[in-house]
Amino acid sequence: MNDKGKIVTGLVIFAALVSFPFWYNLGKAAPPPEVVLTDKAKAAKECVLPKDEIRTEHMQLLDVWRDTQVRDGQTVYINAKGKSYIMSLSNTCLDCHSNYKDFCDRCHVYASVDPYCFDCHIDNPKETK
Amino acid sequence: MERSRREFLKIAGASAAIGLGAGQVMEAVAAATNHQAAPEAQVAHQPEALKATRWGMVVDTRKIESAEQIEKMVEACHKEHNVPMLEEERHRIKWIWETHFHNAFPSQATDRVSEHLEHILLPVMCNHCENPPCVRACPTKATFKRESDGIVMMDFHRCIGCRFCMAACPYGSRSFNFRDPKPFIPEINKAYPTRMKGVVEKCNFCVERLAVGKLPACVEVSDGILTFGDLNDPESEVSKLLKENYAIRRKTNLGTGPSVYYIV
Ligand code: SF4
Ligand code: SF4
Ligand code: SF4
Repeated sequence: MNDKGKIVTGLVIFAALVSFPFWYNLGKAAPPPEVVLTDKAKAAKECVLPKDEIRTEHMQLLDVWRDTQVRDGQTVYINAKGKSYIMSLSNTCLDCHSNYKDFCDRCHVYASVDPYCFDCHIDNPKETK
Repeated sequence: MERSRREFLKIAGASAAIGLGAGQVMEAVAAATNHQAAPEAQVAHQPEALKATRWGMVVDTRKIESAEQIEKMVEACHKEHNVPMLEEERHRIKWIWETHFHNAFPSQATDRVSEHLEHILLPVMCNHCENPPCVRACPTKATFKRESDGIVMMDFHRCIGCRFCMAACPYGSRSFNFRDPKPFIPEINKAYPTRMKGVVEKCNFCVERLAVGKLPACVEVSDGILTFGDLNDPESEVSKLLKENYAIRRKTNLGTGPSVYYIV
């Protein structure tokens, strides 16, 4: 057992390398994203669903909208409060939230999701690519 | 490690019990956080939407005088639907285009047609067939026939670009996006989505316009050449035209049942 020193050194280097990402990023946790509301969105005061719901469930809502609009041909969505909206990502959602970079992208980049909605539903998509 | 059979069975039983329990917990969690987008919400049609049980188009070829008339329709349609302008013939996307009578009606049993028909160009587009072979060929149901009004539609979201529908359509009504179409759209209409590479597209009888009470874009600029309406309604404009005039449809021998008629 003459190689004890080498093995221990090797192990220390290994442990240091493996844990590198952890201590390198220590104390540098990315702050939660801040989204910017356009004046139009601010003026509207409320979204299609209450803030918390739209934040966590907009993708499910859009999925339902897509199928209802494209496949069933119905175009109007009446929310629980009785307010109606045209079911359209391009014409309703992105009409208020016309600041893709400072709204949609903020959370999507933070959460590392890459929805392909914007390949077609916006005219200046994926500027980063 | 040595284990007796008895011990093994005990452990196996215990893990199974834990596993089952976990399943129930998962179900309970799923039920508690049920992702139902607002259960009280409702959907509806826009009140001004145009409705029919079978939409159809009548092309009055007697009114066609020049190729510019057809070009106007093409331009209106392609502008409305963000259809790209690609120079190379094999990449080109067409929702509506012009063609000669003998190309549109190759199986018409005559080698001589009137001088008028011989000289003009006819507008052709998807026929929104009653028995559409494209729908039958599509493996994803991205192409489907709307039962309510007979429009053969594309759900671009679902299209996987296999192009079976293009092989199945006997009219060449469909085009495939071999390239990203966006750089080739002269002026984007933000109200209508664009497409991406690898998706098939075709005339949609302007569903997005019908939904808001407008007639198709090509009909509006057609100088009366095109008439659009409900084929199942005997009082509709199209039914009246077809009652009073002799009209033909493209390749009827194939049994597709086109909804686009040509008065000759
Ligand atoms: S014309 Fe072609 S694309 Fe249109 S419904 Fe008929 S088969 Fe389908
Ligand atoms: S190309 Fe798209 S629409 Fe055509 S058959 Fe394949 S999935 Fe269906
Ligand atoms: S009905 Fe609409 S989609 Fe079809 S050719 Fe005319 S304008 Fe284009």
